[in-house]
Amino acid sequence: MHALANPARFLRIARPATAWLLLVGLALAIVGMAAGLTLTPPDYLQGETVRILYIHVPSAWLGMAGWAGIAAASVSQLVWRHPLAAVAGRAVAPAGATFAGICLLTGSIWGRPTWGTWWEWDGRLTSMLVLFFLYLGYIALASAERERGGEGRIAAIYGLVGAINLPIIHYSVLWWRTLHQGESIGLTGSTIDNSILWPLPLTMIGFTCLFGTAALMRMRAELAETKVEARMRRMSA
Amino acid sequence: MNPWPFVVAAYAVALAGTGGLLIWAFVSMRRAEAAADALKRR
Repeated sequence: MHALANPARFLRIARPATAWLLLVGLALAIVGMAAGLTLTPPDYLQGETVRILYIHVPSAWLGMAGWAGIAAASVSQLVWRHPLAAVAGRAVAPAGATFAGICLLTGSIWGRPTWGTWWEWDGRLTSMLVLFFLYLGYIALASAERERGGEGRIAAIYGLVGAINLPIIHYSVLWWRTLHQGESIGLTGSTIDNSILWPLPLTMIGFTCLFGTAALMRMRAELAETKVEARMRRMSA
Repeated sequence: MNPWPFVVAAYAVALAGTGGLLIWAFVSMRRAEAAADALKRR
């Protein structure tokens, strides 16, 4: 990580990585979604609505992974004072918020034909909504701190404290057995049949690459903006 | 209940959200890098 502490070195890697991540992400996401819509059989219980799985699960994963990234960047900033950590945290937040929002919306759309309701104050749904609001708070706090010329320490502490919500989201289906189904995909296996499951890794990896593309593009934008601000300050001095 | 309008709506939300995020990130990056390059040339 410290090898990337130099912004010039980081940019030498980030420029080609942005294009590659975009291409691989688009290819995998499109193939995965097309396969999920056309090649897999309908579920015996849910019917065709099971196809929402291929976009809902990646968005849920990325909503949570985004905050895990913010927490890791916060630790890196507070403990090691990594110069790109605050930039990384601010860059990841809009992508994480977007995918948390997509997760909530697609889940709500999936819930209507499956559960008969658009929304329920269930443990999983509520904790995911809290995550979405945490993202909005982080974005507002981090940008306000940046505008005032701060180092982003308050946003980093907020990012670390907000990580408490991640295990709550993960275990919510075990702690509060309400409407959302229990864990169907774990590290050791899945309760979903392989004939339905196989396009999911494609969309998971594809959307993760697109998430990485958006985060890298935001980091490049922030570094360029910082460069412009520094040069303007030197010119006016 | 016909399930397809729900499936189509969910995919539309995911595509619009992801596409919008990528376009916004790309435009902001291009604008910032163009401004930095222009300032370097001055």
